[in-house]
Amino acid sequence: MNKALRRSLLSLAMSSAAIATAIGGARSAGAAVPTSNGTFPVSIHAANGTVRLSSRPTAIVSLSSTATEMLYAIGAGRQVKAVDEYSDYPPQAPKTGLDGNQPNVEAIAAYQPDLVVVAGDTTGLTKQLGKLGIPVLSEPAAATLDQAYQQYLQLGEATGQLPQAKVEVTSVRSQIAQIVASTPKPTKGATYYYELDPTYYSVTSSTFIGRVLGLIGLKSIADGAKGGASSGGYPQLNAEFIVKSNPDYIFLADTICCAQTEETVATRPGWSNLHAVSTGRVVPLNDNIASRWGPRIVVLLKDAAQAVDRARSGQR
Amino acid sequence: MSTTLPQRTRGHPLGAELGPVPMSLPRRVSVRVPVLVATALLLAAVLLGISIGPADVPILTVLGVFVSHLPLLHLHSGASRLDQAIIWQIRLPRVVLAGLVGAMLASGGASYQGVFRNPLADPYLLGVAAGAGLGATIVIVSGPHMTELLPLAAFIGAVGAVTVTYLVGANAGLRASGASIVLAGVAVAALLTAVQTYLQQEHSQDLQQVYAWILGSFNVATWSDVLLILPYVTLSAVVLLAHRRLLDVLRVGEDEAGSLGVHATRVRLTIVAAATLGTAAAVAVSGLIGFVGIIVAHTVRLTAGSSYRVVMPVSMIGGAAFLILADLVARTAQAPGEIPIGVVTAFVGAPFFLFVLCSKRAQQGVR
Repeated sequence: MNKALRRSLLSLAMSSAAIATAIGGARSAGAAVPTSNGTFPVSIHAANGTVRLSSRPTAIVSLSSTATEMLYAIGAGRQVKAVDEYSDYPPQAPKTGLDGNQPNVEAIAAYQPDLVVVAGDTTGLTKQLGKLGIPVLSEPAAATLDQAYQQYLQLGEATGQLPQAKVEVTSVRSQIAQIVASTPKPTKGATYYYELDPTYYSVTSSTFIGRVLGLIGLKSIADGAKGGASSGGYPQLNAEFIVKSNPDYIFLADTICCAQTEETVATRPGWSNLHAVSTGRVVPLNDNIASRWGPRIVVLLKDAAQAVDRARSGQR
Repeated sequence: MSTTLPQRTRGHPLGAELGPVPMSLPRRVSVRVPVLVATALLLAAVLLGISIGPADVPILTVLGVFVSHLPLLHLHSGASRLDQAIIWQIRLPRVVLAGLVGAMLASGGASYQGVFRNPLADPYLLGVAAGAGLGATIVIVSGPHMTELLPLAAFIGAVGAVTVTYLVGANAGLRASGASIVLAGVAVAALLTAVQTYLQQEHSQDLQQVYAWILGSFNVATWSDVLLILPYVTLSAVVLLAHRRLLDVLRVGEDEAGSLGVHATRVRLTIVAAATLGTAAAVAVSGLIGFVGIIVAHTVRLTAGSSYRVVMPVSMIGGAAFLILADLVARTAQAPGEIPIGVVTAFVGAPFFLFVLCSKRAQQGVR
């Protein structure tokens, strides 16, 4: 096939895949709970097939910002050699120009990695790097907290940090349980509108973030969207529907991408009448934290819980 | 520029003077009936558009809100503040904006088809879409604090692209057919699209925003969007309507038009400039909505006659009605979810157009 044509087809496939990830996303992780005890060689049954690691990796390339956060959380940070351009946390992670959405095999291979972690293999990276003898571990977007916990354990197994991965899972679990326990459950189904971007893309309660917010008794107004399921739980909501729904809370997960704030929301035509706006229940979130399923989900849940707390105790 | 032309005189029997020409120019064109039909259609579309929506506001409440906004009356509708806001600040501007954009895309398409004597011409032919897309992409990837500049950047990109196309194409010979301008448009569009695609892939975290803009939507339409494009759309509409008879003359060919005393190049430039200005403004607030520019004008030709005295005003009114209805589908078919309006215009519009084409083809030429 013509080289240029092939490249353009490839980039088309990649961009549509990236769009699908950006708009839609949460696919089932398809991961099994690891059974080995962290010794090598090890075989891991991941979303992209069985991954075999002959020895403990010491030059990991992470092309997933969530995986980067998880790797550092489970004490495998020192084994990480390079992370992609969107892995901005923790700050000491060795950020490079690598792009997880359009991975360049040569550029990745140049780091001579002994393990590459991705959030989804849409471009045949596993096969291509496999030819070079470099194992690829795919940890796709989690749909539930349990799937996220499994990913910690899988990464722990792959890096020889299983004990610490288990500690981290226990820690995240207990922090979440603590937040949930200390947050008064809303009396009757409190609702929220969760904003992914200023054109009103949102989430249903069955997405990862929807389930997390469900822990403190909140329900998404997007659940009734017919397109909700077909769009992977991330439908674009109609403006008048949002206003008519008059949600109890508005969560802004577009504060960084699109500079949305409580003030910009209040200036939208018709929005000043919303209960959430007039009672100060517009909750700005960090987009980067909100779009990942890593350890900082605790921070996000805490922000949401505090807003519920304030509302319940009538401070605002 | 056109006031000295004899063809402007009312009711000039153009067809009789030209004798047999490739396309049948009707001797007498009934303008009133098609305009009335299209206007009735537009009124129905507007009524449907404002009374139906995902928010389920009762029709009496909707009417009440309208009455309460009548000047001097000071009536209270009894509608809740929320319902008032939904009708007056969210639904109505959306209907009005869809109407303006539809009118502009349809009449822009009709104009381009006439000027370039090409039935496949649409308002994006000379690079409007590519230029607007590049302008919008530059703003989106430049960071979150620039988004207010998005319509301006898309507008500048669109107008800039067509300006370059015209300057290059008009100097390249092949004057009579306008083919060089069309070819220049293809090249300019390809170049700008390449830059745009490069930018969006380089900033893949912004891909969803770029993609959403390109698909086009009226979901965040406001009165300020309406006010923003109203001057351009009005100016464009006035110029295009004023040139509808000259477009009839251009249809017979540039040399023939010249022999009739029409300065074809100048007329063409004026029409292209007006159509581009209006289309660029429309695209700047709506994104790239395809298909409207092609099907509306052709549907009018197939059903009401091919003279631009009919095609221009009826496309304008019919385009407004069509896009208001398409947007109604976009916001209600999957309510409370949205469907990209470009999907609706093609999905509903294409079969309808094929139907009109098949049922009328035997009777009239397509151009």
